[in-house]
Amino acid sequence: MPRARASLTAFLFLLPNLVGFLAFTAGPVLAAFLMTFFTGDFTTRLGDGAAPGAGGGGGISFEAGFVGLANYERLARDEELLRYLGNTLFLMGTIPINVAFSLGLALLLNQGLRGTTVYRTIFFLPTISSGIALFLIWRWIYSSEVGLLNAVLASVGIDGPSWLSDAAFAKPALMIMGLWIGMGGYNMVLYLAGLQDIDPALYEAAAIDGAGPLATFRHITWPQLAPTTFFIVVTNVIGGFQVFDQAYVMTGGGPEGATTTLVYYIYDLLYIRSDAAYAATVAVALFGLIFAVTVANWYAGRKLASGAAPA
Amino acid sequence: MSPARAGPGLPRTIASHAILLLVGVTMLVPFVWTLSTSLKAPGAVFEKPPRWIPWASRTYAPLGDDGAPVEVKVLREAPDGGVRVKVAEPGPRRGEVARVEPGRLTREEGPDLHPENYPRAWRAYPFVSFWRAYANSLAVALIVTVGHVLTSSLAAFAFARLRFPGRDVLFFLYLATMMVPGAVTMTPTFSLIRAFPDLLSRLFGTDWFTRELVIGGSVVGVDSYFALIVPRLFSAYGTFMLRQFFMSVPRELEEAARLDGCSTFGVYWRVVLPLCRPALATLAIFTFMWTWGDFLWPLIVTNSNELKTLPLLLASFQGQHTTAWHLLMAASLTALVPMLVVFLLGQRYFIEGIKLGAVKG
Repeated sequence: MPRARASLTAFLFLLPNLVGFLAFTAGPVLAAFLMTFFTGDFTTRLGDGAAPGAGGGGGISFEAGFVGLANYERLARDEELLRYLGNTLFLMGTIPINVAFSLGLALLLNQGLRGTTVYRTIFFLPTISSGIALFLIWRWIYSSEVGLLNAVLASVGIDGPSWLSDAAFAKPALMIMGLWIGMGGYNMVLYLAGLQDIDPALYEAAAIDGAGPLATFRHITWPQLAPTTFFIVVTNVIGGFQVFDQAYVMTGGGPEGATTTLVYYIYDLLYIRSDAAYAATVAVALFGLIFAVTVANWYAGRKLASGAAPA
Repeated sequence: MSPARAGPGLPRTIASHAILLLVGVTMLVPFVWTLSTSLKAPGAVFEKPPRWIPWASRTYAPLGDDGAPVEVKVLREAPDGGVRVKVAEPGPRRGEVARVEPGRLTREEGPDLHPENYPRAWRAYPFVSFWRAYANSLAVALIVTVGHVLTSSLAAFAFARLRFPGRDVLFFLYLATMMVPGAVTMTPTFSLIRAFPDLLSRLFGTDWFTRELVIGGSVVGVDSYFALIVPRLFSAYGTFMLRQFFMSVPRELEEAARLDGCSTFGVYWRVVLPLCRPALATLAIFTFMWTWGDFLWPLIVTNSNELKTLPLLLASFQGQHTTAWHLLMAASLTALVPMLVVFLLGQRYFIEGIKLGAVKG
């Protein structure tokens, strides 16, 4: 039975990944949705012995039990959540600026100047270093007493604020850092690739028509880059919804919750407040948001671009 | 703006370079500043205005044998016109106080580098060794990288080159989960990992899974290498990306190999993998980068100091030594080294990977 044998072989190839996929991706996704209809911290119900598992889970007892849509009702009335959603959206305000800077840098690098590779490598350094170590470096830069930024501002006669502990400046501080990290990173590399894919014949035609640089950009470069822009905006928005590390390390979500993001809130609910069910509910809501934005972007992108999106 | 081959005119070339240089300097300044801070004496960190090259002025008095200059610290001026100084040079005479005529003091200015800040920073973490965390991060990142590429390539091979019932449905399921943010899977996975030792022990009727390990942490469950590594070994993204590459390997090569007596595993191992080496390298590099920088997951699944990865250690440092910026910067720069090495060696694969959509999301 060669067919059955072939299926068995395929199954063996698939097995290691499939086990992990079911246990750590598909299973948890399903579980997260189910958790939103329960209450409490599932984890603490474990190991307390006697009660047999409700779902045959060998020791898990949902003693708090099914609560229907109560978590979603709480979600709708949760003013904290609304505030943190606002914070998250506010922090995403840099996306258009980031996209513009990335495109500008890509255009400059696409002229075939000398040293292009060196520039590109240097521009990419912040992206490659991005992480806790880099955020700590920026804490030092933002330090109000002795930080580099306020020293620079002082040299032009400006008395810099205490960036990270002033509620009015904490968000802009995170945004400036985000721009510095992001503008020469993934977006710029994607734009460079996009620019190189544009058919040179289009530019020749524009030159024959006597189009200036601005008109050429408006009528050829920008529309031709639309799929790239679409892809960049979608990924940046998805990434923007999931900001956590920098808020945790640089401001601890503060001051007074000014930089608490959605994922920070989920972390807080899950780990600090031991409210796993509601954490899952907020996470599912976050997924809903990302899904909605992606679909909306996709429709907008289809209108914008005649071609297909990359990847 | 015009495409690459047209070549800009001279004024535009100059203007372009000016902007690019400005941006380049902006990108480099924080790193240079960090390096500078990491080499400063503790007091010099708070100097205003700040200096780029760590600098110090030293005072010498002729207190050595035959009046040789010895580095001293000026204490105060004595009422009789002399100056009281304390020997600052390391050695047996350190701390000795003497009186010197002011005219005999000499001053010298110069760079004042303190590379010993680095070993000091590595020893500055209470309860846990910096290198243990470094080794944890490296080990986790390397194991995850190898394992992730392996499981992804095996599954990708099945999806791309083999036929089996339910293939397309299953692949669609993989694709469907790619948009789900990590926060969604994190919550149940955390609960699952926490339940693991108990579940397994009940299942096998042993207490082996609930033990503590000699090297720190537990076998499975929270606070284990298992929790740091295993959930990261599989991803829909890796499978999807490699599948696209494996699809592009010509069928003829596979058929030729089979005619030569190659088994299915032989086709995977000797034909498809070698041909897709760039794709494997790209996935490996990105996996390494993600795992090396991973923060939220290790944050919630580790408790004991022995299990801390480097980002966790760095984050814990700041609370305790808020003013020891020179040490914190030395530790941060040390933490950046592996990623910089990986990037400089594999830059080409980075660029390729980004074009393939390997953007964390």
